[in-house]
Amino acid sequence: MTTLTILAPQCYEDVQAAICEHGRIFVRGASSKPALAPPSVDGDNAALLDMRGLRGVVEYEPGEFVFTARAGSSLREIAALLAEHGQHLPFDPPLVDQGATLGGTIAAGLSGSGRHRYGGLRDFLIGVRFVDGQGRLVRGGGKVVKNAAGFDLPKLMIGSLGRLGVIVEASFKAFPQPPAYATLRVTQPSLDAALTTIARLNGSNFDLEALDLVFEEERPTLYVRQGGFAAALAERQERLRSWLGGGEPLPEPEEAAFWSAGREFTWAPTTWALVKTPVTLSVLPALDQVLQAAGAQRRYVAGAALAWIAWPGDLGHLDAYLIQLQLGGLVLRGEAEWPFVGVRNGASLIARVKRVLDPFHRFPIL
Amino acid sequence: MNLDGLLSELERRVPADRLLRKSAQLAPYESDALTAFRSRPAAVLLAERQEEVIQAVRLCHRYGVPFVARGSGTSLSGGSLPVENGLVIALNRLNRILRLDPAQRIAVVEPGVINLDVSRAAAPHGLYYAPDPSSQLICTIGGNVAFNSGGAHCLKYGMTVNHVLGLKVVLADGEVVQLGGESLEQVGPDLTGFFVGSEGLFGVALEITLRLLPKPECYRTVLAAYGSLQAAGDAVASVVASGLLPGAMEIMDALAIEAAEAAVQAGYPRDAAALLIVELEGERIQVEAEFAHLMQVIEGSNPKTVAVAKDDADRARIWKGRKSAFSAVGRLSQDYLVQDGVVPRSRLGEALATIERLSQDYGLRVANVFHAGDGNLHPLILFNGRIPGELERAEALAGEIIQMCIALGGSITGEHGVGMEKRQHMPSMFTETDLQVMAELRRALDPDELANRGKMFPQGEAPALHAHGPHPLEAQGVISRM
Repeated sequence: MTTLTILAPQCYEDVQAAICEHGRIFVRGASSKPALAPPSVDGDNAALLDMRGLRGVVEYEPGEFVFTARAGSSLREIAALLAEHGQHLPFDPPLVDQGATLGGTIAAGLSGSGRHRYGGLRDFLIGVRFVDGQGRLVRGGGKVVKNAAGFDLPKLMIGSLGRLGVIVEASFKAFPQPPAYATLRVTQPSLDAALTTIARLNGSNFDLEALDLVFEEERPTLYVRQGGFAAALAERQERLRSWLGGGEPLPEPEEAAFWSAGREFTWAPTTWALVKTPVTLSVLPALDQVLQAAGAQRRYVAGAALAWIAWPGDLGHLDAYLIQLQLGGLVLRGEAEWPFVGVRNGASLIARVKRVLDPFHRFPIL
Repeated sequence: MNLDGLLSELERRVPADRLLRKSAQLAPYESDALTAFRSRPAAVLLAERQEEVIQAVRLCHRYGVPFVARGSGTSLSGGSLPVENGLVIALNRLNRILRLDPAQRIAVVEPGVINLDVSRAAAPHGLYYAPDPSSQLICTIGGNVAFNSGGAHCLKYGMTVNHVLGLKVVLADGEVVQLGGESLEQVGPDLTGFFVGSEGLFGVALEITLRLLPKPECYRTVLAAYGSLQAAGDAVASVVASGLLPGAMEIMDALAIEAAEAAVQAGYPRDAAALLIVELEGERIQVEAEFAHLMQVIEGSNPKTVAVAKDDADRARIWKGRKSAFSAVGRLSQDYLVQDGVVPRSRLGEALATIERLSQDYGLRVANVFHAGDGNLHPLILFNGRIPGELERAEALAGEIIQMCIALGGSITGEHGVGMEKRQHMPSMFTETDLQVMAELRRALDPDELANRGKMFPQGEAPALHAHGPHPLEAQGVISRM
């Protein structure tokens, strides 16, 4: 075992050359998701590609609401650029303050609380360029918001963890950012009551930007976010409040701070493991029982579509629980040799795809 | 390929009335809504259960016989054209809605379920299924999944792929796999998304988990008339740039207006060169605020007249004109070609001006009825197939429009798919390497290239093109081409 050769590609050709010249390839961005970071040693002829040098926006026409950027660009610089034009990525990609990169966000397949209204990363990524395990520079998708030509290769890159190819460039559609937000905090007597409220909201025609369920000293609490023209917001919030039968509006600085804390996982103890688990309303009672008993902290976001779990103990136990519940997860922080926990479907299809994109096993197994 | 082996196995397993072999029985399956292509399958299996589909796919694999899965045959790209002497697996009878869960806002359906039936089933719960291709009265979810279908309301909530959460599929070599699930989220890779839009080249979807949306509280529908098509296109760019997010933005040109008026008397201004429909949707209070903003943008775009739908009936009338425009234009001419290219929204005015110029250069009438908000053009090229050379001229004009879309940084197809029709344009949009990788992926999932062979990739022999006039269903006004 030797220390990995660290390379910092500056152009797409550098990535192609690095892949062709090395037997094993690992990729890193800002390491904001340490469980997905490469090992420090590996066999001979292994290279670590530090993608942060491959940054910058390639194309951005604000009137078009589409941008193309190199994969090592940080979410922070992208967000700042979009904000200049009143735009944003509404799916609320996490770990912005931790320096997360665009490529890393795609490779990990992460969306945040804001995915509630218009969908997640998969719904906004419209094109990619990546280098596969044979050093081929491949493009999929395009740069327009509607496109049905060819196989949807961008989808393959989502959650591929740099193990099907090295993403070098991505195109996203952006949306107008609501000029103002307002959030209602609604405490709930029990988990069941909270889930019933979420189900009621799901069936209602309130336009909600986000709907998170958190536990404040084990008391289930809903945070319901609305966005739009400031002039209409107070009345909309009041209407929502009366429909819900209560709730307390968050004052301005707290409003932004709450959603930022969610995005950055500042609520999760840093020494604990952090796991993303896709969920549904119906599985939550059973899952929450396990998590509460284990002393885990958790947030159920986007109308209970997604659980963020801060797990205090051995991830093997969580793995076993998730398998029982037929759930799967991705470890973002914590000691894990293999980043997936619980069940995974489509493994045989992934294996077939991997044989095409990585026939020489340069990337880690997926 | 051992066709006799396959057919004798199928005959043993399937009742004779569900395995069509006679020439007259096969004729309706020879083409889909792109009638320019025809090809005769050896047999059509009318599958009734998922197990039969799996079995048929496995038998096709064993005997090396190509197959095409087919729903209602409304593909505009020739996507469900049979393979000559192959098997057609007809899925219309697999039409059960297996589960509808309003609390989780999902529906689990079989592939033969009609698009609009999902919304109908969801309506009592205040929910609907968002993608709304104009053929939604008849097209099936299975076909929508295979071709990633769109519709007028993709602007805000996306195309089919954005509404499919999970799939059970039988791959072309008979393996059955479960992809995604019932959650809006997943742990990657996004195999569900990869399967959607694969044009039937990977296998057949047997069960589809769809996301449902709550019906908006209110709509505001604005109808603006312009003195030129380019002005209407520029107005769309202004609305997009203003930061508003309408549910739909549609444009019709003079020819389309005239035809729609003749067909359904939608009350459109007849002297306009172009009409723009913009529809806002959402919570009433927010929509009213957006409406004030929208009217400012529209007033600034130099319209000739602006009208606002007064009530639901008025709104329905505006949409009726729009949705019937296409088949109405189709009636102006026995033969026409429809294109589906996409251009950046900010270049829309420019693209429309180019199409007008090309129309004059070629001496062929072109009508435009399209999804302007996402830059998805649907130029309808009218021609007379009986005049020698006119079909070829129409095709050349269509080709120039597609090349323009690519040159402007767009796409050769927004929602109809590549199918047979746009195969030859794939190399203009993708490099040889891109196409090579796609072909390798196809073979990884279907080593013998049996599933919907001949589609999407620019290879193989295409059947001869003919001008055949409209699909029988289209002539009856049941389906339309966008």
